[in-house]
Amino acid sequence: MFTRREPKIDEQELTHIPGAEPQSRMDVWWWLVALVVGVIVILSVTMPDPYWNIIKFVRDGLKITVFLTVVAFGFVLVVGMLGGLGRLSKNRVINLIATLYVELVRGVPLLVQLIWWYFAFPVVIQQIGKWTHISALAEYQANAVFVAIVGFVVCYGAYMSEIYRAGIQSVPKGQMEAARSLGMSYFQAMRHVVLPQAIRVILPPVGNEFISLLKDSSLVSVVAVADLTRRGREFMSTHFNPIEVWTMVALLYLVLTLFSARIVTWIERRTKFER
Amino acid sequence: METIINIENVHKYFGRVHALRGVNLQVQKGEVLVIVGPSGSGKSTLLRCINHLEEYTSGKIIVDGIHLDSAENINAVRQEIGMVFQSFNLFAHLTVMDNLVLAQKIVRKRKKDEAREIALNLLKKVGIPEKANAHPYQLSGGQQQRVAIARALAMNPRIMLFDEPTSALDPEMIKEVLDVMLALAKEGMTMVVVSHEMGFARAAANRIIFMDEGQIIEEAPPDILFTSPKHERTKLFLSKVLQL
Repeated sequence: MFTRREPKIDEQELTHIPGAEPQSRMDVWWWLVALVVGVIVILSVTMPDPYWNIIKFVRDGLKITVFLTVVAFGFVLVVGMLGGLGRLSKNRVINLIATLYVELVRGVPLLVQLIWWYFAFPVVIQQIGKWTHISALAEYQANAVFVAIVGFVVCYGAYMSEIYRAGIQSVPKGQMEAARSLGMSYFQAMRHVVLPQAIRVILPPVGNEFISLLKDSSLVSVVAVADLTRRGREFMSTHFNPIEVWTMVALLYLVLTLFSARIVTWIERRTKFER
Repeated sequence: METIINIENVHKYFGRVHALRGVNLQVQKGEVLVIVGPSGSGKSTLLRCINHLEEYTSGKIIVDGIHLDSAENINAVRQEIGMVFQSFNLFAHLTVMDNLVLAQKIVRKRKKDEAREIALNLLKKVGIPEKANAHPYQLSGGQQQRVAIARALAMNPRIMLFDEPTSALDPEMIKEVLDVMLALAKEGMTMVVVSHEMGFARAAANRIIFMDEGQIIEEAPPDILFTSPKHERTKLFLSKVLQL
């Protein structure tokens, strides 16, 4: 005797797409922030020496890190757009320059680039000053923060160029054609039709770049910029407590990256549109 | 009669493919011209050469007295020519209203209020004023195409080009687009239409051009071309198309 087994259909199982629920991501984020901030608060309240002292000591480094990242990223967005448009240009010379820039820069480690800008670039300028007898150039001294920003903009600008290029290429060709057929110039069509659509596509990778840059900004500690990482090292070299210092520095970076990620998601949601 | 588009001996190569082989064509002001032909015959390419979305290899195209030979001239000509595409190409990030207003503001330098008024009147004309604040993805194909026509008309073009305007539409939506085009033809708009809508051709066209392999094979008013085509290739093509 058989009883036919009814197939049990779980409606939830059929329609559920794992990871598709935006709500759950938000909850995880709140938990993470609560955890990280909680640990920082608990540590600095229960053991003000050394934790609160560390925070006080690295505070100006934290400011430098944020300043460096935000300023450099502003320029990266501009350089990336120029590079991306250059990579798509039909003009052979512009295209070649943009391609050379991207390929050369992408092939050299960021740390090496930063060291080059800090140690080699000023010497190049001084030599040029000597040849041309311009004393302002011959006596050029590198400002560490300025040189660090230049280094980041050059390097991340190249990465960003590729992101812009992909974003612009993701906008259907018909959009440009429709804009041109209405009498818009190439730049008007780019600015009013193509870029606004491309930006929505590139926002997630751009947000990732921002967070990468924030983390990579710790590399400037090797070129005499007193950022968060360098201040941490300075504190450690006088107090000899690596566990406490580097745990706190790591937690502070985590707070920065967590909030950046949140801002990126927020912007993404605000600029979403359907095709 | 005044010639508004003059195409002289135009050749176009895509790499090694000879897409247009010496096309000569004059379009008169107020004329409705329908171009038919098998796929790959160069009809869309020819249409896209008229507003220089496609660069031609040699020959001459003069639109409204302006020779398409410099960037300024091309932009000047494009402002006089409206174009409607097979895939609508509405600006996906803008509302219907903003689709119609954008080029008016930045190309025609109209004030926002003036542009919006023109846009709303045109939306009434194509029958969907209630969709002014919708986004393109919220519209059906037929509605999108009607918005696209209104967007082109907002620039007050002297010529309208239609590149297979109904080919991407569901059958029940074709009529609403053709009705708008018919009304436009009746108003005396100069129109060049690449289409296989023989009903439209019969009702509105002054002249039908049959193209094959990058050349104009035959041209005649619709009643003559449909009933007594001269060339074998035209006969063969029409027998396939008119059967439907």
